[in-house]
Amino acid sequence: MFDVVKQAKGLVAHGVSACAGCGLELILRNVLDVLGEDTVVIIPPGCSALFCGFGPEAGMRLGGFQGNLENTAAMAAGVKAGLEAQGNHHTTVLAFAGDGATADIGLQSFSGMVERGDRVLYICYDNEAYMNTGIQSSSSTPMGASTTTTPAGKLTPRKDLIAIAVAHGIPYAASASVANIPDLRRKVQKARDTAGPSLIHVHAPCPTGWGYPPAKSIEVCRAAVNTGAWVLYEVEGGRTTVNVKPKELHPVADYLNLQGRFKGVPADQIERIQKSVRERYEALVDKSV
Amino acid sequence: MAHDKMLDGNTAAVEAIKAARVKVISAYPITPQSTIAEKLADAVADGALDANYVRVESEHSALSVALGAQMTGVRAATATASVGLALMHEIVNAAAGVRAPIVMPVVNRALASPWSLWCDHQDSMAERDSGWMQLYCENVQDVYDLTMCAYRIAEDCRVQLPCMVCLDGFFLSHSMQKVRVAEQAEADAFIGPYRRHNSYIDPEDPMIVNNLTSSDEFTEMRYQQSRGFFAAESVMEEVFAEFKEQFGREHHMVEPYRLEDAKTVLVTIGSMAGTAKYVADLLREQGQRVGVLKIVSFRPFPYRQVAALLKNVEQVAVLDRSAGLGAQGAPVWLEVCAALQSMGLNVCSYIGGLGGRDISMDTIRHIFEDMAQECTQVYENPAWIDLKEHPMNIRQVLKHV
Repeated sequence: MFDVVKQAKGLVAHGVSACAGCGLELILRNVLDVLGEDTVVIIPPGCSALFCGFGPEAGMRLGGFQGNLENTAAMAAGVKAGLEAQGNHHTTVLAFAGDGATADIGLQSFSGMVERGDRVLYICYDNEAYMNTGIQSSSSTPMGASTTTTPAGKLTPRKDLIAIAVAHGIPYAASASVANIPDLRRKVQKARDTAGPSLIHVHAPCPTGWGYPPAKSIEVCRAAVNTGAWVLYEVEGGRTTVNVKPKELHPVADYLNLQGRFKGVPADQIERIQKSVRERYEALVDKSV
Repeated sequence: MAHDKMLDGNTAAVEAIKAARVKVISAYPITPQSTIAEKLADAVADGALDANYVRVESEHSALSVALGAQMTGVRAATATASVGLALMHEIVNAAAGVRAPIVMPVVNRALASPWSLWCDHQDSMAERDSGWMQLYCENVQDVYDLTMCAYRIAEDCRVQLPCMVCLDGFFLSHSMQKVRVAEQAEADAFIGPYRRHNSYIDPEDPMIVNNLTSSDEFTEMRYQQSRGFFAAESVMEEVFAEFKEQFGREHHMVEPYRLEDAKTVLVTIGSMAGTAKYVADLLREQGQRVGVLKIVSFRPFPYRQVAALLKNVEQVAVLDRSAGLGAQGAPVWLEVCAALQSMGLNVCSYIGGLGGRDISMDTIRHIFEDMAQECTQVYENPAWIDLKEHPMNIRQVLKHV
């Protein structure tokens, strides 16, 4: 065993068992660095649950609760209601869940939380499949991606989580990426200061599930932004702003070809993916003020 | 001073929840629980109750919100019935495991399928090993009293377990009865303020609750829950004694009725215990030495008291309001048999009152008559006491008409 002689610099312990190159760890460290100690966090089972620790050891220096897979938003709403009932209107209640726990099994409780207007900062780290259970497809898995439950590639496009939240009239929703940490940190600050529910949907690269060397996590995510496969934008009070507009979108193949999960995608499907990526990007830019 | 009101069971539950000054309410409507959700909303809206009302989108979220709120150190309330409780099942176990002493009225209603709106205990019986205490009410006063007591018992640091207060759908939830209701000051003196213990969510004193736990500690955590149930047996009687001193009404984990010289005893639970007591009175007038044993606390099950109370009895039967499918008998019968295992008694299992079928005086009389026929029982065991004559042939499907 090692003796820990120095406190962790941030609120996350310095030795956590995230996989090499995991984007999730980078996200959580930055999010908690912005939010500070006056934060409590609800985390469902999944990759992020490792930050709750194992047994008597916690992975964060923070109040928190590991809830169930589908009730992150409801647990967070309950915590907020309980704190407010005791006159605590300052503590940030952070819900931190993956794409499966948000867009699939947790969508109902997320919808309830947003519709009621509960002041919860909800961060969905999206690694685009059920990575913790072994890379099974979720509704956030992009078209063409091979997973253990879509071995021949996913046939349908992903769910648009931000559009779903915006359809509820959410006061603040944004996408973010580990390829642009200053943008992520600015958005966390904004979400925290929103008097109501907020959503940050962060692209969270997974070397194991996406099939690329761990050292390339940032490169892969930057390619997603540069090709328009992951658009950095925010919707504030219904107003859309695209935060990063590449001079010219790179071909989507520049992003797909970096990853093993898109290896078998036939040329005609790449064309369809290219078309839908471009159309979505242009639609967001058109809406952007 | 305390005063009498005409209340139905759901309103009595609401009165007790208000008396406990809950700070967060999350509720989702389901027949026959809905008026609890409505009346709590009214109480918050008109200022009678200073609480946050979270209008959730499902029972799963109702208990999740209540659990999140309770973990911050306040009393949280929700209530449910039937399939709503089934939907909560995952969080029912979660709340028990983190020792959140939530008190929750369960308005007993049959589980689908087939669809039924009416009384049956299968919903709460399906949760009997989930780590919640369960108290069953005979009448509307019980709903009020047992809910008040439930807060004290659940929150006692020797117990620290959540508690369901089970009331029969419609028979109690929608039945108006005279109920003695305490003044707020009296309720405050009895229930007291909420005090959190052990684990909580507090930014000032951070801890992570409910993380992954290895087999190295899991068994011990379950064992600690079992010690909570063990302690609950004496805490319940302490709390009931204090309740009697303050409010004058007597409650026990198990209630003997005319057992003093009884030869034949019917053990039962819920509102049908009232009918059973009435029939026992009538049979006593005819010189029959019969009695009734009412189970109030099903979890923890008062097995020592049951054995002690039935030690001189010759015949025992149990009437259950749930089917206990696939088992040798229904749930209450199984517990009674286990309690009496060393006594060598043949305990009959009767099943009745399912899906709202009325347990009438005749049904109870029929059970006592059947018990009196030594070794000539016409029924199979378990005996479906109110079964129709041709149970396998109740509907005819007409085609091409």
